Amino acid sequence: MTARLLAFGLALVFAASYAAAQAGADKRRSGYQDMGEALQKMQDDDTANPGMLFVQLGGQLWAKPAGAENKSCADCHGVAADSMKGVATRYPAIPQGADRPVDLEGRINMCRTENQKAERLPPENRDLLSLEAYVAHQSRGMPIAPPYGPVVDAFRAQGEGIYRRRQGQLNLSCAICHDDNAGKKLAGIVIPEAHPTGYPIYRLEWQALGSLKRRLRNCLVGIRAEAWSLDAPEYVALELYLMERAKGMKLETPAVRP
Amino acid sequence: MSNILVNAPKTARRGEVVEIKALILHPMETGFRPGPNGRIIPRNIIERFTATWNGAEIFAMEMSPAIAANPFVSFFAQARESGTVVLRWTGDEGFAAEERVAIAVE
Repeated sequence: MTARLLAFGLALVFAASYAAAQAGADKRRSGYQDMGEALQKMQDDDTANPGMLFVQLGGQLWAKPAGAENKSCADCHGVAADSMKGVATRYPAIPQGADRPVDLEGRINMCRTENQKAERLPPENRDLLSLEAYVAHQSRGMPIAPPYGPVVDAFRAQGEGIYRRRQGQLNLSCAICHDDNAGKKLAGIVIPEAHPTGYPIYRLEWQALGSLKRRLRNCLVGIRAEAWSLDAPEYVALELYLMERAKGMKLETPAVRP
Repeated sequence: MSNILVNAPKTARRGEVVEIKALILHPMETGFRPGPNGRIIPRNIIERFTATWNGAEIFAMEMSPAIAANPFVSFFAQARESGTVVLRWTGDEGFAAEERVAIAVE
């Protein structure tokens, strides 16, 4: 009898600890959690977060007509808070009529050239980043939900290959720092887990809003590798894989990072 | 096109010390950096920031090239009477921006 009770008690303990382990299973950390308290407060306060200046600017551009069609984003998409809600959580994705995945800024440029008959905005252009921030901001707090399909999966696999491939004069892969040594320090700075949860980010070092592409180029230069050209498909592939790694984590756009 | 974010309380008790925070989009180009063509990018900074409460100056500061882009300013003022706080930024290349906030004092 006592043995049976004991067994039952033990089973209960195991069940409880298993449930607790499952609930706490997600040990992934956004870069937000590795920042100091001052920076976290800066990001959380919408009137102190400099990224919000660009979101505000993006809102103005959203309503401003552009191109030969003289149409604004709002003319087709209406209120961004409704039409763009959750969009950023699933990018990069394959838009209708395209044969390969594009990132959010690529999608904005597609809309510009095809629907507005306007010129493409160049990479890291302030208007492009502001529009991207404005669109992504509509998904703030929503979990990242990458798309699946044969084509997109193939690109994602390519992205994972890039992530694990050693490159550059230092012969490092992304995984060596951001999987194997994440949380440890590199020159006094915590190595983040590289979850793209808040792009475009306002990076204090840049004193400006910047895209994930710019951040990836920083890393490539850091490992003394040759950065791909700005329109290279490698960035989109890598972003696809990073978004898969960060699946379910909440978007923070516009995030502040040191 | 200027772009400003202001954080100030809408209401305050008479005599209360309130914090006013203001953030503005500005490159704050130092005038010491060479551009892509090797030439020095001309200085383009905000030179002066002032705040007035019903016309009376409550805060002013001179800015220098060492201040980062998109400067964030926070200051305190005593709420004496209901009115409008006018924040004004002026600088190089004829830069001028203004933002108004109404604060009701009970």
